[in-house]
Amino acid sequence: MNKMIRDHIISLLEKDMREDRRKLLDYRKPITVEYGVSSKSAEGSVRVRIGETEVVAGVKLDVGEPFPDTPDDGILIIGAELLPLSNPEFESGPPSIDSIELARIIDRGIRESNMIDLKKLCIKEGERVWAIFLDIYPINDNGNLFDAAALAALAALRDTKFPEYDAKKGKVNYENRTNKGLPLKKLPIMVTVSKIKNKFIVDPDINEWKSIDARLSVTTTEDGLICAMQKGCEMQLSLDDIEKMIDIATEKGKFLRGFLK
Amino acid sequence: MKEKSKARIDGRTNDQLRPIEAKIGVVSRADGSAVFKIGKTIAYAAVYGPRALHPKFLQNPEKGILRCNYNMMSFSGSGERVKPGPTRRSREISMVTEKALVPVLSLEQYPNAVVDVYVELLQTDSGTRCAGISAAAMALADAGIPMKDLISSVSVGLVNGNSVVDLTKEEEDSEGAVDIALAVMPRKKEVTLLQLDGILSKDQLRKTLELGIKACEQIYKIQQNTLKEKYKNE
Repeated sequence: MNKMIRDHIISLLEKDMREDRRKLLDYRKPITVEYGVSSKSAEGSVRVRIGETEVVAGVKLDVGEPFPDTPDDGILIIGAELLPLSNPEFESGPPSIDSIELARIIDRGIRESNMIDLKKLCIKEGERVWAIFLDIYPINDNGNLFDAAALAALAALRDTKFPEYDAKKGKVNYENRTNKGLPLKKLPIMVTVSKIKNKFIVDPDINEWKSIDARLSVTTTEDGLICAMQKGCEMQLSLDDIEKMIDIATEKGKFLRGFLK
Repeated sequence: MKEKSKARIDGRTNDQLRPIEAKIGVVSRADGSAVFKIGKTIAYAAVYGPRALHPKFLQNPEKGILRCNYNMMSFSGSGERVKPGPTRRSREISMVTEKALVPVLSLEQYPNAVVDVYVELLQTDSGTRCAGISAAAMALADAGIPMKDLISSVSVGLVNGNSVVDLTKEEEDSEGAVDIALAVMPRKKEVTLLQLDGILSKDQLRKTLELGIKACEQIYKIQQNTLKEKYKNE
């Protein structure tokens, strides 16, 4: 990280200002959600933009054997790949720890909120269940991939329609898509609140993102409950900090929820 | 053979491309970028560099090198999910993409450096490597890399004995079809990518390639106009 950039960002924040003239707790504009961007191939797909940051996410459905410890639950697998196409600092190769963390934070928010009724994805207990593969790719990483990716994940699940399943042959017919959507119950929105020195901000742009001292990603449901959290970066947080950050995340979660149809 | 004038499955004539949309500057963090849509195939390309090349032993003190990476997003294929990560197919396509583009680049000014090109497929419906190459050429131009010419790329082939351009998946898979991936330097009309699958005579090949070069000229116009559009107001 460039110290001069960080010093500049801090000197602005001390005056409650940001480089792009936003308030500390404002998201960039516009925020857009575009559905069906890969509708020929994916059962659900979406493009989310927050300012210049752009993420695509897609869902493929398949039928497979359930895990032995959950014989009547469908399977959910979430992946994220930090494409070198989207950021000069990302490299090709096996998944980096950053992409693993991103996928796992989003996974936990969706899983722990019981957003998806996994029991309804069971076809035959112990033998056949639907498997949801949700994959997230940044196209342009101009900061705050976390919230954009989480929003894209939700939107892709909401865009998803089942393909036909031939129970006799045990095969999915991808050519014929039904108009039945996934069994969704909740809408868990993730908001990442960042701390730089003693200031809290949301939706850091790329320079701010590189200057963060601590971040807390908080996933909340529409009933105002917390369902997942993850602290990141190297600075410690006090209980007061955490409480404050949760309040911000809950409030901003309501705002982001408004962008999903 | 007699049914020469018969329309194709999707109603196109033999020399007609699927609808094309092109745009540059779609990835603001990249040095150059483009998206190229042909039919339902959507290819993104982003260019980073010239930048320092690591590991060092790959460096060439004579000139910079081009490094391409082709990848399909896991949900971009018809049918089952594509497993993430490189495959034999994607590595070969990355290599031929490099070979298709490098003849027009002047990298002598950039010793020891690399120009990275990343191609990502958001949705695929045949002709993905060609769409990727057409996108990559535009992204390189957008990045301001010195180029002697652009590269335009399309698939051509034989379907039911007729030479056609821009084959669909159904046409590629039809009985006796010949499928050719072609990339062309449009001003010199010389070929930088040629991959052929299928059986045909030398005469048929000549005719099909000529049709392909004409189709590449159409693509070239679209690429050119898209690039000019960006600098019109500057």
